[in-house]
Amino acid sequence: MKIHEYQAKELFRQFNVKVPEGGVAFTAAEACEVAGGLGGYPVVVKAQIHAGGRGKGGGVKLAQSAQEVETFAGEIIGMNLVTHQTGPEGRRVGKVLVEQGLNIAKELYLSILPDRATAKNIIMASEAGGMDIEAVAEETPEKIIKVLVDPLAGLQGYHLREVAFGLNIPPAAMKSFTQLLSSLYRLFAQYDCSLVEINPLVLTAEDEVIALDAKMDFDGNALFRHKDILAYRDTDEEDPLELEASKFNLNYINLGGGGNVGNMVNGAGLAMATMDIIKQAGAEPANFLDVGGGANAEMVENGFRIILSDPNVKGILINIFGGILRCDVLAEGVVEAARKTGLNVPVVVRMEGTNVEEGRRILAESGLDLTTAVDLKDAAGKVAAMVS
Amino acid sequence: MSVFVDENTKVLVQGITGKEGQFHTRQCVAYGTPVVAGVTPGKGGQSMDDIPVYNTVKTAVQETGANCSMIFVPPPFAADAIMEAADGGVELIVAITEGIPVMDMMRVKNYLKDKPCRLIGPNCPGIITPGVAKVGIMPGPIHKPGGPVGVVSRSGTLTYEVVHQLTMQGIGQTTGIGIGGDPVNGTNFIDCLEAFQGDPETKGIVMVGEIGGSAEEDACEYIKAKVTKPVVGFIAGLTAPPGRRMGHAGAIISGNSGTAEAKLAAMKAAGVHVSESLGAVGEVCASVF
Repeated sequence: MKIHEYQAKELFRQFNVKVPEGGVAFTAAEACEVAGGLGGYPVVVKAQIHAGGRGKGGGVKLAQSAQEVETFAGEIIGMNLVTHQTGPEGRRVGKVLVEQGLNIAKELYLSILPDRATAKNIIMASEAGGMDIEAVAEETPEKIIKVLVDPLAGLQGYHLREVAFGLNIPPAAMKSFTQLLSSLYRLFAQYDCSLVEINPLVLTAEDEVIALDAKMDFDGNALFRHKDILAYRDTDEEDPLELEASKFNLNYINLGGGGNVGNMVNGAGLAMATMDIIKQAGAEPANFLDVGGGANAEMVENGFRIILSDPNVKGILINIFGGILRCDVLAEGVVEAARKTGLNVPVVVRMEGTNVEEGRRILAESGLDLTTAVDLKDAAGKVAAMVS
Repeated sequence: MSVFVDENTKVLVQGITGKEGQFHTRQCVAYGTPVVAGVTPGKGGQSMDDIPVYNTVKTAVQETGANCSMIFVPPPFAADAIMEAADGGVELIVAITEGIPVMDMMRVKNYLKDKPCRLIGPNCPGIITPGVAKVGIMPGPIHKPGGPVGVVSRSGTLTYEVVHQLTMQGIGQTTGIGIGGDPVNGTNFIDCLEAFQGDPETKGIVMVGEIGGSAEEDACEYIKAKVTKPVVGFIAGLTAPPGRRMGHAGAIISGNSGTAEAKLAAMKAAGVHVSESLGAVGEVCASVF
C-alpha cells in the first residue's frame, strides 16, 4: 500500500528521521498559511499524488513569496498531473505539501527494501541523488552502493559505516547521516515496508542530512498488524473499479488500455496466462480478475458487474480450473449473475476439473446464451472472434 | 521413484482442525496419503476423523514418526508454525498458507538455512507424487501416475491446467511441485531441477514460471550448466503491466526487471522448449517427451 509524501514525512518525524519543516494544504489559502509559519522564503510547493516524476510534470514549484505560494498552490491543486508513472491519463491533484527551502550542498539517494533473491533487507545508496535511480542502475551501476542486512541479526554499525563512507559523507555530517539511516531502518522494519526511498536525501551547507523527499510502500500482507497505516489509505488514488472490487475481496486489476475482452479466472497464474492467450488470439484483455479458490455465487456476480462496468468490454471469457472451487458452484454463480445483470455482451465459458460435468449441465440447462469451449485455445479463439 | 515425496512420507497437518485444514486433510487421505497426526495448539488429545491431534509439532513427531508437515495455519501465525515444524524435526515442510508478510518469510528463510529440512511454499498448492501421496490442495484425479515428467511451477491453478494437458496427452508425472507465488519462498526452481535431474524415473521436466523476480533466469543458468534432460517451459504474464502486483505477491515487474520477455529469452538461450501459448503446452510436451 502506497502513501503520500506528507504522510511518510509524518512517520519520518515520529522516528526521528529529519525532514524539512512543512505541512499539507488542501487549498491555496491553506498553503499560504502553512508557508507563513515556516519563517521565510523560498518555500517549495509539491503536488501530493502516488506517483513519481512530479517535478518534470510541473507538480513541484519553488515559491519566493506568499503571493507565489498562492499562485502555484492554486495552479497545482486541481490540476491533472501527468508523469511517466501516472500513464497518459494523469492523476488529479487534491493537495500540496508546502515546505521550507533548504540550502542544498549535495543530493544523495537512499532506499531500503526487501531483496527477494537473498531474503535480506537491502540498503541502496548513491551519490547520484535526485535522478531516476533505475537509469543510474542501468547506466552506471558502480555508482550504487548495496549493503545487505540479515533480518535476524538486524542493522549493525558497520552497515552504517559502509554506506556512509561509500557516499563520501563529510566527517562533520557523519553523525547526522548514521543517525538518520539507523532511524530509517527501524521505521522500515517496524512497519513491514516494501520500500522506503528518499530521493533526494540532502546534505545541507550546514552539514545536516535531511530527507527532502519521502516515499513509502507497505506490504499489504502485513497490514493486519499496522492498523494505524490503514488510516493513510487514500482511495482517491485508486482506480474506481479496483476500489469497488476490493470491497468484495475480488482481486481485480483494470489494465486500462481499452481492452475489449473481460475475463474472470480462478488463480493468479492462470488469470495472467488467460490474459496472454486472449492477446495471442488477436483480442485485447481488459482486466485481470482472480476470483480465488473460495469464490461463491455472490463474488462471481460482483465480478461480472465490475467487468461489465468497463464500457470497452465487448465480450467476456470465464476460465475456471476447478479444484477447491467446484465447477458446479461456479456455473450456478454465472447463471445467477447473468440473470440478475443481464447479458449484453457474449460470454464464453471454459471449465475443467472438479464436478465439470455437473457444471456444464447447469450452464446448458440455464437457457442462457452462453458459449462453451472445449479447451483454452478454443475459448480464446471464440471470444476473440466475437469481439472482432 | 519420485522427488521429495514417496511411499515413506508420513504427514502431519498443522492447523488440521480449521475449515481448510479439515477439508484438505480429508482430500489427501482419500487420495491415499498417510496422514498420521494433526497439530492445533490447545486441542491436543482430540482427534480429527481418526487422526490424533497434538498441541505441539514436537510431540506429534515423537508419537507418530511424522516426517512431513502440511501447514494451513493463518498468515499471522504461519511463520511461527514453519519454524516450529523445523525445530520439531520435520524433514519436509509444505506451507500452503497465502498472505504471509514478506518480513516474516525472510526471517524464516534465514532461520531454516542451517536446518536439515526443506520448505516448499508458502502460498503454494503443495506437492504430489501421483498415485503415491498428495501433500497439498491440488485436485488428485487430473494427475497420471508413473511419470515420466516432473512438473515445477510458481502457480496453483495454472499448474493444474498444465498437468491436465499432460494427462490428456497421455504423459504421466513423477512428481508435481508448486513452489509458490510469494517473493520469498523455500524450495526454488533450481532445487527442483536438481532433484528431477537426479531422479532416474523423471525423463523430462516442465517448468512453469511467471513475471517477477529472477528465479526463472537463475534456473535457466542452472539448466545450461547441469540439466541434461529435456525441459519444456512456459511463462505467464506477457500482458501484465509493470508496477502492478498480479495477484501473487511475487508477480510484479519492477522497472525493467522480472518481465516475461526476459524470462522467455533466458529459457530459449538455455535450450528450453518454450510454449508461448498456454493452450499449446500439452502439444509441445507431446512433441518433446
